[in-house]
Amino acid sequence: MPVKDTVKNVVREAIDVSLLSRAEPEDGARCVFTGVVRNHNDGKAVLYLEYEGYEEMVTAVFEEIAEEAKRRFGVTRVLIVHRLGRMEIGETSVAVAVSSPHRQEAFEACRFAIDSLKRQAPIWKKEFYEDGSSWLEGPGGCAHP
Amino acid sequence: MIIHVRLFAAIRESLGREQVALTLADGATPEDAWRELLRLDTRGQLAARRTNLAAAVNRKYAKFDAPLSEGDEVVFIPPVSGG
Repeated sequence: MPVKDTVKNVVREAIDVSLLSRAEPEDGARCVFTGVVRNHNDGKAVLYLEYEGYEEMVTAVFEEIAEEAKRRFGVTRVLIVHRLGRMEIGETSVAVAVSSPHRQEAFEACRFAIDSLKRQAPIWKKEFYEDGSSWLEGPGGCAHP
Repeated sequence: MIIHVRLFAAIRESLGREQVALTLADGATPEDAWRELLRLDTRGQLAARRTNLAAAVNRKYAKFDAPLSEGDEVVFIPPVSGG
Protein backbone atom coordinates (compact mmCIF):
# COMPACT_ATOMS: atom_id res chain seq x y z
CA MET A 1 0.00 0.00 0.00
CA PRO A 2 1.67 3.29 -1.06
CA VAL A 3 2.34 5.64 1.84
CA LYS A 4 2.07 9.43 1.83
CA ASP A 5 4.89 11.17 3.67
CA THR A 6 5.21 14.31 5.73
CA VAL A 7 9.01 14.66 5.81
CA LYS A 8 10.16 17.98 4.32
CA ASN A 9 11.63 17.75 0.82
CA VAL A 10 13.92 20.74 1.09
CA VAL A 11 15.99 21.48 4.18
CA ARG A 12 18.76 23.89 5.14
CA GLU A 13 20.22 21.89 8.00
CA ALA A 14 21.97 18.50 7.98
CA ILE A 15 19.86 15.68 6.51
CA ASP A 16 19.02 13.11 9.18
CA VAL A 17 19.03 9.86 7.23
CA SER A 18 17.62 7.94 10.19
CA LEU A 19 14.34 9.83 9.74
CA LEU A 20 14.06 8.48 6.20
CA SER A 21 14.58 4.83 6.91
CA ARG A 22 11.22 3.83 8.30
CA ALA A 23 9.57 0.90 6.55
CA GLU A 24 6.04 -0.47 6.67
CA PRO A 25 5.36 -3.91 8.17
CA GLU A 26 4.86 -5.45 4.72
CA ASP A 27 8.23 -4.16 3.50
CA GLY A 28 11.22 -6.45 3.29
CA ALA A 29 13.64 -4.04 1.61
CA ARG A 30 14.82 -0.52 2.13
CA CYS A 31 17.19 1.20 -0.26
CA VAL A 32 18.76 4.53 0.72
CA PHE A 33 20.95 6.57 -1.61
CA THR A 34 22.83 9.58 -0.31
CA GLY A 35 24.76 12.08 -2.40
CA VAL A 36 27.82 13.50 -0.65
CA VAL A 37 29.90 16.65 -1.20
CA ARG A 38 33.16 15.65 -2.90
CA ASN A 39 36.51 17.42 -2.55
CA HIS A 40 37.28 17.54 -6.25
CA ASN A 41 35.58 18.04 -9.59
CA ASP A 42 36.92 18.18 -13.11
CA GLY A 43 40.53 18.18 -11.89
CA LYS A 44 40.07 21.01 -9.40
CA ALA A 45 40.15 20.89 -5.61
CA VAL A 46 36.75 21.89 -4.20
CA LEU A 47 36.71 23.61 -0.79
CA TYR A 48 32.95 23.65 -0.23
CA LEU A 49 29.65 23.98 -2.12
CA GLU A 50 26.55 26.08 -2.10
CA TYR A 51 23.25 24.80 -3.46
CA GLU A 52 20.44 27.12 -4.48
CA GLY A 53 16.96 26.00 -5.50
CA TYR A 54 13.54 27.21 -6.57
CA GLU A 55 12.09 25.61 -3.46
CA GLU A 56 8.38 25.58 -4.22
CA MET A 57 8.98 23.94 -7.58
CA VAL A 58 11.57 21.53 -6.19
CA THR A 59 8.94 20.25 -3.76
CA ALA A 60 6.42 19.81 -6.58
CA VAL A 61 8.98 18.02 -8.80
CA PHE A 62 10.01 15.67 -5.96
CA GLU A 63 6.40 14.78 -5.27
CA GLU A 64 5.84 13.98 -8.95
CA ILE A 65 8.98 11.84 -9.10
CA ALA A 66 7.98 9.96 -5.94
CA GLU A 67 4.48 9.27 -7.28
CA GLU A 68 5.87 8.15 -10.64
CA ALA A 69 8.37 5.82 -8.93
CA LYS A 70 5.60 4.24 -6.86
CA ARG A 71 3.44 3.78 -9.95
CA ARG A 72 6.21 2.36 -12.12
CA PHE A 73 7.89 0.04 -9.66
CA GLY A 74 5.10 -0.70 -7.19
CA VAL A 75 7.17 0.34 -4.18
CA THR A 76 5.58 1.35 -0.90
CA ARG A 77 7.42 4.51 -0.02
CA VAL A 78 9.66 7.01 -1.80
CA LEU A 79 11.19 9.92 0.06
CA ILE A 80 13.42 12.55 -1.48
CA VAL A 81 15.19 15.24 0.53
CA HIS A 82 17.64 17.84 -0.78
CA ARG A 83 19.63 20.24 1.34
CA LEU A 84 20.25 23.82 0.18
CA GLY A 85 22.83 26.36 1.32
CA ARG A 86 26.50 25.91 2.14
CA MET A 87 27.85 22.39 2.59
CA GLU A 88 31.26 21.13 3.57
CA ILE A 89 33.15 18.18 2.09
CA GLY A 90 31.62 14.89 3.24
CA GLU A 91 28.21 16.31 4.10
CA THR A 92 25.05 14.83 2.61
CA SER A 93 23.43 17.03 -0.04
CA VAL A 94 20.63 14.70 -1.10
CA ALA A 95 18.94 11.52 0.11
CA VAL A 96 16.50 9.15 -1.56
CA ALA A 97 14.87 6.42 0.52
CA VAL A 98 12.66 3.70 -0.95
CA SER A 99 10.99 0.83 0.81
CA SER A 100 9.15 -2.04 -0.77
CA PRO A 101 8.26 -5.69 -0.16
CA HIS A 102 11.29 -6.91 -2.20
CA ARG A 103 14.74 -5.52 -2.99
CA GLN A 104 14.72 -5.54 -6.79
CA GLU A 105 12.08 -2.83 -7.17
CA ALA A 106 13.57 -0.86 -4.26
CA PHE A 107 16.93 -0.61 -6.09
CA GLU A 108 15.25 0.30 -9.39
CA ALA A 109 12.96 2.93 -7.90
CA CYS A 110 15.84 4.49 -5.94
CA ARG A 111 17.94 4.85 -9.07
CA PHE A 112 14.99 6.19 -11.06
CA ALA A 113 14.35 8.83 -8.40
CA ILE A 114 17.91 10.13 -8.11
CA ASP A 115 18.43 10.13 -11.90
CA SER A 116 15.12 11.97 -12.42
CA LEU A 117 15.84 14.62 -9.83
CA LYS A 118 19.26 15.33 -11.32
CA ARG A 119 17.57 16.02 -14.67
CA GLN A 120 14.45 17.84 -13.49
CA ALA A 121 14.78 19.55 -10.11
CA PRO A 122 15.49 23.31 -10.37
CA ILE A 123 18.56 23.21 -8.13
CA TRP A 124 21.99 24.64 -8.92
CA LYS A 125 25.36 23.92 -7.38
CA LYS A 126 28.15 26.45 -6.96
CA GLU A 127 31.66 25.16 -6.32
CA PHE A 128 34.21 27.17 -4.38
CA TYR A 129 37.94 26.75 -5.09
CA GLU A 130 41.14 28.34 -3.79
CA ASP A 131 41.01 30.81 -6.68
CA GLY A 132 37.30 31.51 -7.19
CA SER A 133 33.96 29.83 -7.74
CA SER A 134 31.66 28.67 -10.50
CA TRP A 135 28.09 27.56 -11.06
CA LEU A 136 27.91 24.05 -12.38
CA GLU A 137 25.47 23.46 -15.19
CA GLY A 138 24.27 19.95 -15.87
CA PRO A 139 25.37 18.17 -19.05
CA GLY A 140 21.80 17.46 -20.08
CA GLY A 141 21.11 20.83 -21.69
CA CYS A 142 17.67 22.17 -20.91
CA ALA A 143 16.06 20.92 -17.75
CA HIS A 144 12.88 19.86 -19.55
CA PRO A 145 11.89 16.44 -18.24
CA MET B 1 -0.43 42.60 -17.74
CA ILE B 2 2.11 42.17 -15.00
CA ILE B 3 4.07 38.97 -14.54
CA HIS B 4 6.54 38.14 -11.79
CA VAL B 5 9.94 36.75 -12.68
CA ARG B 6 12.00 35.15 -9.93
CA LEU B 7 15.73 34.88 -10.51
CA PHE B 8 18.02 32.12 -9.32
CA ALA B 9 21.67 31.11 -9.36
CA ALA B 10 23.75 32.42 -12.28
CA ILE B 11 20.85 34.50 -13.66
CA ARG B 12 20.23 36.09 -10.25
CA GLU B 13 23.92 36.99 -10.02
CA SER B 14 24.04 38.41 -13.56
CA LEU B 15 21.11 40.75 -12.86
CA GLY B 16 22.00 41.44 -9.23
CA ARG B 17 18.44 40.91 -7.99
CA GLU B 18 16.10 38.12 -6.90
CA GLN B 19 12.94 39.14 -8.68
CA VAL B 20 11.52 41.55 -11.18
CA ALA B 21 8.00 42.47 -12.22
CA LEU B 22 7.56 42.90 -15.97
CA THR B 23 4.73 44.66 -17.77
CA LEU B 24 3.94 42.74 -20.94
CA ALA B 25 1.26 42.90 -23.61
CA ASP B 26 -1.70 40.53 -23.31
CA GLY B 27 -0.87 37.22 -24.93
CA ALA B 28 2.85 37.60 -24.21
CA THR B 29 4.89 34.43 -23.73
CA PRO B 30 7.96 33.41 -21.69
CA GLU B 31 9.97 34.23 -24.83
CA ASP B 32 8.72 37.82 -24.59
CA ALA B 33 9.51 37.91 -20.87
CA TRP B 34 13.04 36.70 -21.58
CA ARG B 35 13.47 39.44 -24.18
CA GLU B 36 12.36 42.03 -21.62
CA LEU B 37 14.73 40.59 -19.05
CA LEU B 38 17.64 40.97 -21.46
CA ARG B 39 17.00 44.73 -21.50
CA LEU B 40 17.91 44.78 -17.80
CA ASP B 41 21.10 42.84 -18.45
CA THR B 42 23.43 45.79 -18.79
CA ARG B 43 26.53 43.58 -18.71
CA GLY B 44 25.28 41.43 -21.59
CA GLN B 45 25.85 38.14 -19.78
CA LEU B 46 22.48 36.50 -20.39
CA ALA B 47 21.76 36.51 -24.11
CA ALA B 48 24.00 33.51 -24.83
CA ARG B 49 22.03 31.42 -22.32
CA ARG B 50 18.88 31.19 -24.41
CA THR B 51 19.93 28.05 -26.30
CA ASN B 52 20.32 26.18 -23.04
CA LEU B 53 17.39 27.44 -21.05
CA ALA B 54 14.11 26.04 -19.78
CA ALA B 55 11.15 28.05 -18.53
CA ALA B 56 8.75 27.38 -15.68
CA VAL B 57 5.37 29.04 -15.26
CA ASN B 58 3.70 28.77 -11.86
CA ARG B 59 6.15 26.05 -10.78
CA LYS B 60 5.78 23.82 -13.82
CA TYR B 61 8.01 23.46 -16.86
CA ALA B 62 6.41 25.36 -19.74
CA LYS B 63 7.05 26.05 -23.40
CA PHE B 64 8.55 29.38 -24.39
CA ASP B 65 5.62 30.05 -26.74
CA ALA B 66 2.79 29.32 -24.27
CA PRO B 67 0.74 32.47 -23.54
CA LEU B 68 1.09 33.90 -20.02
CA SER B 69 -1.67 35.27 -17.80
CA GLU B 70 -1.79 38.23 -15.45
CA GLY B 71 0.09 37.49 -12.23
CA ASP B 72 1.95 34.41 -13.50
CA GLU B 73 5.22 33.51 -11.82
CA VAL B 74 7.93 32.84 -14.40
CA VAL B 75 11.36 31.35 -13.72
CA PHE B 76 14.11 30.81 -16.30
CA ILE B 77 16.06 27.67 -15.59
CA PRO B 78 19.64 27.13 -16.75
CA PRO B 79 20.81 23.48 -16.90
CA VAL B 80 20.26 22.11 -13.40
CA SER B 81 22.97 20.60 -11.21
CA GLY B 82 21.29 19.30 -8.07
CA GLY B 83 22.01 15.94 -6.51
